[in-house]
Amino acid sequence: MTGTERPVRITDTTLRDGSHAMSHEFTEAQVRATVHALDAAGVEVIEVSHGDGIGGSSFNYGFSKVEDITLVRAAAEEATTARIAVLLVPGIGTMDDLRNAREAGASVARIATHCTEADVSIQHFGLARSLGMETVGFLMMSHRTSPEELARQGRIMVDAGCECVYAVDSAGALVLTEAKARIGALVAEVGKEAQVGFHGHQNLSLGVANSVLAFESGARQIDGSLCALGAGAGNSPTEVLAATFDHLGVETGVDVGGVLDAAEEVVRPFLPRWPKADRTAIVQGWAGVYSSFLLHAEHAAERYGVAAHEILQRAGEAGYVGGQEDMLIDIALQLAQERDLHAVGAR
Amino acid sequence: MSTARPGKVRAAIIGPGNIGTDLLAKLQRSDAIEVQYVVGVVESDGLQRARAQGIEASADGLDWLLSRDELPQIVFDATSAKAHRAAAPRLEEAGIVSVDLTPAAVGPLVCPPVNFREHVGAPNINMISCGAQATVPIVHAVSSAVPVAYAEIVASVASKSAGPGTRANIDEFTHTTSRAVRELGGTPRGKAIIVLNPVEPPMIMRDTIFCAIPPDADKDAISESVHRRVAEVQEYVPGYTLRAEPQYDDPREKWDGNGRVTVFIEVLGAGDYLPTYAGNLDIMTAAAARVGELVATTRFAEAAA
Repeated sequence: MTGTERPVRITDTTLRDGSHAMSHEFTEAQVRATVHALDAAGVEVIEVSHGDGIGGSSFNYGFSKVEDITLVRAAAEEATTARIAVLLVPGIGTMDDLRNAREAGASVARIATHCTEADVSIQHFGLARSLGMETVGFLMMSHRTSPEELARQGRIMVDAGCECVYAVDSAGALVLTEAKARIGALVAEVGKEAQVGFHGHQNLSLGVANSVLAFESGARQIDGSLCALGAGAGNSPTEVLAATFDHLGVETGVDVGGVLDAAEEVVRPFLPRWPKADRTAIVQGWAGVYSSFLLHAEHAAERYGVAAHEILQRAGEAGYVGGQEDMLIDIALQLAQERDLHAVGAR
Repeated sequence: MSTARPGKVRAAIIGPGNIGTDLLAKLQRSDAIEVQYVVGVVESDGLQRARAQGIEASADGLDWLLSRDELPQIVFDATSAKAHRAAAPRLEEAGIVSVDLTPAAVGPLVCPPVNFREHVGAPNINMISCGAQATVPIVHAVSSAVPVAYAEIVASVASKSAGPGTRANIDEFTHTTSRAVRELGGTPRGKAIIVLNPVEPPMIMRDTIFCAIPPDADKDAISESVHRRVAEVQEYVPGYTLRAEPQYDDPREKWDGNGRVTVFIEVLGAGDYLPTYAGNLDIMTAAAARVGELVATTRFAEAAA
């Protein structure tokens, strides 16, 4: 089994999940400075990609200011000991994107599917392994299925060549015991052959607490982002994770002072806004909505004069999954139509 | 041995699964085509269903079909890309037109209202993908009105309607569909995205089409072209509808100075054999039946008369 030898390995996703919060406008200079600081602080794996994975640059998710492969190459050049990971969402990105990322210097492939659709990732795990990459499976929106079903899906990924299966709380909707149960079920199913990881969001302010419980339930890989930079109310902050695990006496290999400096001095100056649990983001956690929908819902709300949190509430009711950003415009149009009908009726 | 009624073109369906059975239901209503044979490689419910409708059905595959005294004029292949690649040369040698519902792409990619006329004489016609059948007509409608620098489509389908073939090779969908968006849609750059959604009750197929359009584009002309095209597709897919009027966004620097039109489509299946939410499968069988009818009425018109 590969993966980490440490009790916990923190994977930093500032430069991938943070891409959502940056509207995919990362510059090469920002990427280099962030990688430099994380690498110096002892973070072993740094994820760099469009928020929706390599190949995600599009009308639907937002075009990248700088091509993600260019950013991956810059990150790989900048890192001295840290390894560069990329995210790939089958259906959005392709195996060609993965080959290009490998060629640009990425050595960890994180393949993401909705929590019940793991079988679409089989060919991508096969390719990643044949390219000599470490593999991670990302079961997104894991609040949307039971721990038992999540474990079955994790099994599909591991059988396909995945070396660490993540329960991904894309909506920031898992509350403590719910996160624990999912990690426990995954460890029971695949723990002999693979590691288990947890990726948290702060929509209900539980990213760090869920991460600690995930560790106690057997997770060995934990995601974080500097200054929480990520979709929705952001991710579990890397600097808080590092400090918390250090306090618990759990070795992560990350220098707490180093990531505190990275957050404060490198990332904070370029934050468009500090991710926080405001009304819209809380509704995401509460209604179980994909965190990346946040800015898209805000844009549609502004364009059609409706409320962003109402769009997200409906997206939760409709059961939309990651990738269906286009449906937010559809909902906004419906809300605008209902508002106009109501206005006519009130006359 | 059954014989096609006078005036009808003889057809066979290879692959009696869900798609083949739904296609059979559609072709049974055709005035131009008579399905004489249904063929599989193992005994199956699909073959039984065909026999129950009085159609000769065999589990002995292509060899059986090609040894009939009266060969079909058109074969609809609803098997797999691999099986169709093997069958295609044999069918062509026998002078049979193939309508290929697999991703094999042996023959030209065809979407009926967009480019059937260009390929009316082709020995093998490929039906591309569900996403392409649902979106390429719209990209083409927009590019018929204004130049389209880039087009992107997002197809959302119910998890239950995505078969094992699609799941095992989702990149094939992405590649084939984006190729069709470019080559048939009429744009130099195209992208295709597919999302599987497991929500219960299952979601009806949805497609969103984004096109980059010039800043001074004639919006009325685009909308009119889109409406006209939707009506054309509705002739063979009655459940193909616009969810809203085409939406226009002002030009942005990030879009290379282009504006954007967005079209929202819903595809409700006819519910012939497949459930109505599976509009993605329905539009494939409906488009294949349409192509079969066009082949029958154009190429075989004289023979049938």
